[in-house]
Amino acid sequence: MNTPIRRLALVVFTMFTVLLLTTTWIQFIQVDDLRDQPGNRRTLLDSYSRDRGAILVDGTAIADSTETDDELRWIRNYPLGAQYSHITGYYSFIYGAGGGLESSRDSVLAGTDDSLFYSRIADMVTGTPPTGAALELTIDPDVQAAAESALGDQRGAVVALDPSTGAILAMVSHPTYDPNALSSHNLTSVEESYNALADDEGQPLTNRAIGGDLYPPGSVFKLVVAAAALESGEYTPDSTLDGPQTYTLPGTTTELPNFEGGTCGPTDQVSLADSIRVSCNTSMAALANDLGPTAIDEQAQKFGFEQDLSIPMAVTPSVYPNELNDAQVALTGIGQYDVRVTPLQVAMTSAAIANDGKVMKPYLVESVRDGDLDVISETRPNQLSSAVSDTTAEELTDMMVSVVDEGSGTAAALPGVSVAGKTGTAEFGSNGAAHAWFTGFAPADDPQIAVAVIIESATDSWAGGSGGTLAAPAAQSVLQAGVGQ
Amino acid sequence: MSTVTDVRPPTGRFTELLLLLFAIAIVLVAYANVGLATTGSIPAGIVVQGSGLLIISLGLHLVIRHVAKYADPLLLPIATLLNGLGLVMIYRIDIGQGFDAGNGAATRQLLWSVLSIVLAGAVLWILRDHRILRRYTFTAMAAGFALLLLPMLPVIGQTVNGSRLWISIAGFTFQPGEIAKICLTVFFAGYLVQTRDALSLVGRRFMGLQLPRGRDLGPILAAWGLSVLILVAQRDLGSSLLFFGLFVAMLYLATERLSWIIIGLSLFVGGAFVAWRLFSHVQTRVDLWLDPFAPGLSDQVAKGLMGMAHGGMFGTGLGEGYPYETYFANSDYIVASFGEELGMVGLFAIIMLYALLAERGLRTAIGAREGFGKLLAAGLAFSIALQAFVVIGGITRAIPLTGLTTPFLSAGGSSLLANWIIIALLLRISDHARRPESERPIEKPRKQAKRAARESAEAQARAKSEADREAATADTAEVEHSADTHSGDTEAQRPQTTTTTIEEEKE
Repeated sequence: MNTPIRRLALVVFTMFTVLLLTTTWIQFIQVDDLRDQPGNRRTLLDSYSRDRGAILVDGTAIADSTETDDELRWIRNYPLGAQYSHITGYYSFIYGAGGGLESSRDSVLAGTDDSLFYSRIADMVTGTPPTGAALELTIDPDVQAAAESALGDQRGAVVALDPSTGAILAMVSHPTYDPNALSSHNLTSVEESYNALADDEGQPLTNRAIGGDLYPPGSVFKLVVAAAALESGEYTPDSTLDGPQTYTLPGTTTELPNFEGGTCGPTDQVSLADSIRVSCNTSMAALANDLGPTAIDEQAQKFGFEQDLSIPMAVTPSVYPNELNDAQVALTGIGQYDVRVTPLQVAMTSAAIANDGKVMKPYLVESVRDGDLDVISETRPNQLSSAVSDTTAEELTDMMVSVVDEGSGTAAALPGVSVAGKTGTAEFGSNGAAHAWFTGFAPADDPQIAVAVIIESATDSWAGGSGGTLAAPAAQSVLQAGVGQ
Repeated sequence: MSTVTDVRPPTGRFTELLLLLFAIAIVLVAYANVGLATTGSIPAGIVVQGSGLLIISLGLHLVIRHVAKYADPLLLPIATLLNGLGLVMIYRIDIGQGFDAGNGAATRQLLWSVLSIVLAGAVLWILRDHRILRRYTFTAMAAGFALLLLPMLPVIGQTVNGSRLWISIAGFTFQPGEIAKICLTVFFAGYLVQTRDALSLVGRRFMGLQLPRGRDLGPILAAWGLSVLILVAQRDLGSSLLFFGLFVAMLYLATERLSWIIIGLSLFVGGAFVAWRLFSHVQTRVDLWLDPFAPGLSDQVAKGLMGMAHGGMFGTGLGEGYPYETYFANSDYIVASFGEELGMVGLFAIIMLYALLAERGLRTAIGAREGFGKLLAAGLAFSIALQAFVVIGGITRAIPLTGLTTPFLSAGGSSLLANWIIIALLLRISDHARRPESERPIEKPRKQAKRAARESAEAQARAKSEADREAATADTAEVEHSADTHSGDTEAQRPQTTTTTIEEEKE
């Protein structure tokens, strides 16, 4: 009977080998898939058992964790709440790490990121409980506060950059929300808050500065068209363009008027510089047609259009449309038709002009710090592209200074500081409703801050708020905070 | 037959003592670890409970020294370690679920552990020769069937989680199927030892297979019928699989006929297919096996998998994971709890402990000197292996999930009791197998004479046959052995004396 017993032993051996293999499959090979399964409460519980890293602005926490007595050992707090909600995002037991840095830098904040490997080894050796890394941001709290109050309860967004580095000094999107309502451990109220936010037609969870449905840029896009013209070598700021009262879109009978009606200058002829200053529609539409869509598209891309950026949140690329007929090309010359931009892209355009034509990669995280706030890594400024030459940048700056000094953007002027800017009033829908834009930088001769402001139309029809009257004053207070006045 | 000089082989008792102390040390370290990780302090009762465990298992060790001196030295330490680790994990899950020593499952399990180990000692003490059990072959059958069918009775039968496996008398619940497992193994061993020749030699050959006679099919059909009955009436896939698998394995051991395995497997596959077609709960199990994350189905398998993944390779450490997030974390799914907190490495160790336990049992079977002991030891060892495979395989998706307790680890008194009795029986058989001739119990003169007469008759009968079929009993001795039996099977599996070989004892 011993032979069959040995064979049975072989069967038993095989059975246990199968168990070793299936165990290996689950705990070694499939392990990451299983951990990332939606609804894996353990992964979430685990992240709540660690001290998640803080998010700091100038050393002050805009997001931090404090210990609690309940099952989730740490609760996430946002001391400044709504003002920074689109930067921090939220950290919710039910909805996970969402929006902002909570989501895009989750693994660093949680302390599980590969880049923290060496400090984790040290923790293991010293027996320190694992903690997440802290993020120190580039945000200037004064500029952020100015941007917040400039928008007030209007819908829209403000982005401010340091032109020479790409550091983001302010980023506000309205309407906003209080992330504390989502990080609460009272799960019923969290669910109610989230549903209310998700159902809100104002889409408070969307960061309009870098995403959402994007905006038509309107006249602020004229900066790109003017840059393309100057870069082509065939135009100078003094080149004269046709600036009649109306422009008939090629191939159609549609008449394109100027914003204020009338002609752009004393005569039907207007210089490129004056076209920007008074934001002439007819001359810029004609110019766009002369340049052709390829030249404009290429110029736009040099400013950062159609590029995937992460700041580290993912930025929706701004787009210049393809396959246009002549009438559509003319419309893109004034930033209408299907040109779509993020406020960040508009700010990057101004910042490039301020920075001798060089586009810097925008970034929000200045440094990653460990539990003792020692620096683990720092972000170095990085040039993304060269949009225009020094000369072109200088010429564009002069045009933009004249916009604020004596053109459509006088409301953005600062006493004693030369401000460069461009207004925009971007129509959308068919009832004449328009969003108000302003972008610019200051001081014009030594730029410290570049800004883009958009204030959405509160109604579906024309309500009388233009870039010059609505957005320029908002931009003024942001620029003022930026130049330290 | 001729013993010249006899050097006493090592008994292995010192090894057993060392390993036992080691096992208890592991358990106590794990226990302290849970306390430190969950409450920040070493559990207050560790001295009392630790000494209790030490005393009770040392007690069993002393019983073994006294009445089963040559028993296998690994069985007690392995069983103690598994039992102790189970206790620690049950205690850990009690804490996770907010229970304390007073109302948790750990205290109950500790009482059952003490009772089970005491009972194992009693079995060892009273049952001085396992062959006595052979006299109760059919009593064991009746008892086994009765125990299996007990939960189907009204009033005392209990349905828990959709399976009718429990009985409840005066507030105590008990799973009689666990004890039935032992009774049926005893019955299978006794019955097959008697009928093995009829089952293996008679019949016609067909396509290279020795097919049994129609009337010999009766028992296997009965066993199959019983397991189908359990499946249908008690909705218990696990026990059904366990009993049938055990029976087919023992049938094969007794007859060495592949045809029985083929017949058995065909019956099983057929039965399983019909069950799958007919019963929704079987279909659900299969669907969950194929896709544990399928929406709309139970998330039991999924939660276990996510728990194991959470532990990863080295585990979260005892007390640091969330094993209580899984259903039945301290019973059916206790292996997933270990996987989470001790990791793949810890689970490997536990699987190896089962493998080692089964291996010692099968080794005992090989060393056993008569057919009944061989079949009983192999059957008991295989039942533990198969049960561990069905449970762990269900959790790790090797096979569809069925509800069975994890031997020694799961919270549940009946299972613990039954498994300790199995250990006692294996200890008894291994003692018998390893004990040198000179220390065998002295037989009464009348019995000795009878045996001598029988032995000489048998020697003649065996002259033609090979040496394998050592358990030729009086009633089957005249049946001729087939030519394909194997020689050399009875080599030195048990301790050998150095100067002389021991003649096989043939009963």
